[in-house]
Amino acid sequence: MNKRILEMIGGRLAVAVLSLFLVSLAVFFITELLPGDTAQELLGQAVTTEAAAQLRETLGLDRPAILRYFEWIFGLLTGDLGYSHVSDRPVANLVAERLPNSLTLAAITMAITIPLALGLGIVAAIWRGSIFDRAISSAAIMLVSFPEFMIATLLVMWLSVYMQWLPALSFIPATADFRTIVLAFIMPVSVLVFGSCSQMIRLSRAAIADAMATPYVEMAVLKGASRGRMVLRHALPNSVAPIVNSVALSMSGLLGGVIIVETVFNYPGLAKLMVDGVSTRDMPLIQTCSMIFCGFYLVLITAADIIAILSNPRLR
Amino acid sequence: MTVSAAPRRKIRMHIRPIAAVCLAVVLFWTIVAMFAPLLVHYPVGDMVSYDYFGPMSGEYWLGTDYLGRDIYSRLIVGARYTIGIAFVGLILAALIGITLGLLAAAFGGLFDMVLSRAIDTFVGIPNLLLALVIVAGGGSSIPILIFAITIIFFPGCFRFTRSMAVNVNALDFISAARARGEGHFYVMIHEILPNIVGPIMADLGLRFVHIILLLSGLSFLGLGVQPPFADWGGLVRENMIGISYGSPAVVVPSLALASLALAINLLIDNLPQRIRDQLE
Amino acid sequence: MTIHSKTVGDTLVKVEDLRVTATTDSGREIEILKGVSFDVRRGEVLALIGESGSGKTTIALSLLAYARSGCHFSGGRVLLDGVDLIALDENARRKLRGNTVSYVPQSAAASFNPSKKIMDQVVEVAEIHGIMDKAAARKKAIGLFRSLSLPSPETIGDRYPHQVSGGQLQRLAAAMALLGNPELVVFDEPTTALDVTTQIEVLKAFKAAILDRGMTGVYVSHDLAVVAQISDRIIVLKDGEVQEAGETEQIVGAPAHPYTQALISAFEPVEPEAAGSRPGNSVVLEMRDVVAGYGPVNSDGRPHIVAVDGVSLTLQRGHSLGVIGESGCGKSTLLRVAAGLLPAATGACILDSKELRPQVSARSKDELRKMQIVFQLADTALNPAQTVGNIIGRPLTFYHGMKGEAGDKRVIELLDMVRMPAQFRHRLPRELSGGQRQRINLARALAAKPDVLLCDEITSALDTVVAAKVLELLKELQRELHLSYLFVSHDIHTVQSLCDEVVVMFGGRKLETFAAAHLHAEARHPYTKLLASSLPTLDPTWLENLQQDPELVRKFAHA
Repeated sequence: MNKRILEMIGGRLAVAVLSLFLVSLAVFFITELLPGDTAQELLGQAVTTEAAAQLRETLGLDRPAILRYFEWIFGLLTGDLGYSHVSDRPVANLVAERLPNSLTLAAITMAITIPLALGLGIVAAIWRGSIFDRAISSAAIMLVSFPEFMIATLLVMWLSVYMQWLPALSFIPATADFRTIVLAFIMPVSVLVFGSCSQMIRLSRAAIADAMATPYVEMAVLKGASRGRMVLRHALPNSVAPIVNSVALSMSGLLGGVIIVETVFNYPGLAKLMVDGVSTRDMPLIQTCSMIFCGFYLVLITAADIIAILSNPRLR
Repeated sequence: MTVSAAPRRKIRMHIRPIAAVCLAVVLFWTIVAMFAPLLVHYPVGDMVSYDYFGPMSGEYWLGTDYLGRDIYSRLIVGARYTIGIAFVGLILAALIGITLGLLAAAFGGLFDMVLSRAIDTFVGIPNLLLALVIVAGGGSSIPILIFAITIIFFPGCFRFTRSMAVNVNALDFISAARARGEGHFYVMIHEILPNIVGPIMADLGLRFVHIILLLSGLSFLGLGVQPPFADWGGLVRENMIGISYGSPAVVVPSLALASLALAINLLIDNLPQRIRDQLE
Repeated sequence: MTIHSKTVGDTLVKVEDLRVTATTDSGREIEILKGVSFDVRRGEVLALIGESGSGKTTIALSLLAYARSGCHFSGGRVLLDGVDLIALDENARRKLRGNTVSYVPQSAAASFNPSKKIMDQVVEVAEIHGIMDKAAARKKAIGLFRSLSLPSPETIGDRYPHQVSGGQLQRLAAAMALLGNPELVVFDEPTTALDVTTQIEVLKAFKAAILDRGMTGVYVSHDLAVVAQISDRIIVLKDGEVQEAGETEQIVGAPAHPYTQALISAFEPVEPEAAGSRPGNSVVLEMRDVVAGYGPVNSDGRPHIVAVDGVSLTLQRGHSLGVIGESGCGKSTLLRVAAGLLPAATGACILDSKELRPQVSARSKDELRKMQIVFQLADTALNPAQTVGNIIGRPLTFYHGMKGEAGDKRVIELLDMVRMPAQFRHRLPRELSGGQRQRINLARALAAKPDVLLCDEITSALDTVVAAKVLELLKELQRELHLSYLFVSHDIHTVQSLCDEVVVMFGGRKLETFAAAHLHAEARHPYTKLLASSLPTLDPTWLENLQQDPELVRKFAHA
């Protein structure tokens, strides 16, 4: 690895850190937009101006926003994730309970999606124009257009209500056996896979198709390369950057999907926690959860960019 | 010497049948959204049937919902919310994003760098998440929803416009214009913009799909358009119980949404080649 | 005789009434090849000559049974050793590509996979067809590199394509084509993208390789002189049809077909007129010690990357000053500095005795009006979204405030000046040919009523015949309108036919100035002599008899 590559990677990491910082600013100050405020929310019906003012003082909400922002950031960096007044528990506890569940869901989904989508995208590109390709592309464009809640509700209606094969909710008691767990996971994971696969198939197929239109791939054909060789040995290595980018993009879509799926299937994950937090205006929870999600996402796209840098042969 | 009139340019574009079908679907929903109040069968809020989750019939074309209201009427009005809010948001996002994108490309330099960096921040926040944060901060009123859509989607418009404009900027006829002494605004509006209008329109179409899906998702979570009003996502939410009855009430709004999104996606994929050529 | 004592055998390739049709997106069908017939005998090199659009590349690809997407074979046969290639199925076609017939591409730089090492790609042919194992293939490749005069033949294969120069890549592509021991090698304009000085090395290498192996070759080009050096027979193509076929000397010396004659005459350098010795009466443009480049400016006032390094020149009113040099010498940058698009770091541009500000935005409208720049590629020099009338009309409005009927009248006058009909003003650029677009380019510049035209390689992308007409037009306009030209080009012939004086540039520096008419007498600098001697002539024996100082070649050529 030479100096230039290291410089570029270093630059990319610096940008990521800066972005994270700016995102935190954005998140914090958007949540401060609200017309009503936390104190009034908490007091509910019993709100009077003095009571509200008193509560604000107790909670420290009357101090300037900038100060509270830095306290929050400092807290995040040192492990103090804030306190949720709505559920009367430290945010860290809430997160710790739910995060592993969401991670499991995401991990299983990506483990299925990435190989599946890449495989289908490559196959579609190799046999471009054939029935196979058209079938895959049509399926992909349909799935991209369908909202996740639609796929979820249709699946539940069909598989749970009509066929009675699978449970409608994904609450898994700790004592459940493997089979129950798998059955409970099938539908949520399927919905997520449909959603993230579709975008990725389209993007990777397009990236490979682009690479296939280059002069050097034509040269390979003129040397007698078969279709498979042309795609796998020539087009694919040069499509690494856009493909990795499509993986990152589908992760972004995955987040949206997870939020819906956890709601429909009542899955106890971090995303559902956050949605509940929004309904109850639980600011500390919302702020911290947002930072966790954004943090993960930034890590992913930075990793994608770095892989793209490393795969660029001109920098060697 | 007389000045001869410019011959009327025949638009010779080869339109594929599938594009025509999709265009029809899009127009259909647009008209429905525009003329909704004239098309409803029953007043939208009224409970007109004792039979909740009733089946599709001659009286109630799409059945009844969980309160006994006519689904068809609610669907029609729901179209107004979904398409209307999304459209206004799109226009605002487009105006801001495209203008800034053109400015960034035309002026370049420090201005461009700072603007791009600042807007790139938003890329770090996934769409639905940002929507949740904004709704958490500002509530779920329609103006806030429009605001959220604008904020979420203008960075994409900005980046797309900017990258298209930068590509055009590198071409010789722009240098020729600058060498002539033309100012930035002239170059932006008369030289760059006409060459990127096609791709930008296509991109806006795609963005519109994302917007309606996002908005419906928000409403589905209960954080979008609030009851008693409902857009398509909200309709699905309020009729969720109907799943166990196999009622059309749950499925119909989703299908409407899917049909519109699919039609737009397919339409853009099948645009006449001339517009697509500009996309290179 | 052409190539000494070659043994030419029986017919290897026979093309019979070949037809290729292209389908546009809207379903329209266009015939690219309209029934081409010729044959190639074993051991000879056949050249296919034609301008762009003549179908020569399509024929070249057909010899590999390959049609680009959107095109298909609609008739005729291509017989290789009696087997009709077009009738074969895809699998069989695959087997013969790289193996029996191989291809040397036009742009080697684009035809090498940027993320694989060169050696891997060169031996890939052996891998694909199972001809030999990797070690043997590698050894053979190195042998080929050596015979093509490539530097460091043992290690050059371990590099990536971007680490190697254009001329070297072209020879590596030839090695790649020879690895499979093909019976027929198809060269598709392999030296077109190279500098003249580099071209020589590559041509010599090809010729040696062909002779050594008694190879059969088909050489496609638009450059008659290059083709005269390397081929035994020539076929002249136009618009998908054969115009004339014959032995090289006959075609070159005594062309029969009018089109061939037009090609030859367009090729011959026009004798520079005695007007070259016109005395200059006043200086219209002067550039003094101009230094310009890219990147931040260092402490000594020079930019980080210097493109123009202390160049001075004077342009007399009514004269043409040519600036020649090869790619990367800074000549186009010089024009941009003059136009103000790239401000000079130091030095001055003086127009009509008045010093111009370096930046375009700092100059007055009148100053900008007097000097207009005309670009090379008319595709990108005209706004595709504007009609010709608007394109030409804008400078009229901008500089002279002419609009409406008066403006339209003037547009028609300008179109007439560049010999184009009035109704063209309603057309869009994509509805014009390359030569027509270049004329519109000129018309736009003339609309401003300039004194100086800065011409950036304006004929380089045009076919020879069309380019010749554009040059004629330039000369007429100079006489009629008393214009002065600063004419940048890489082609000495073009510059000689148009200009009074010539400046030679290399590496950002001006090497010397001389009168165009007296090139051989006045040119002193070794580089100029090298440049002049590197131009192929129509004499088929020119390449063999070429004497060039290898020291000079190493120093100046980018091979």
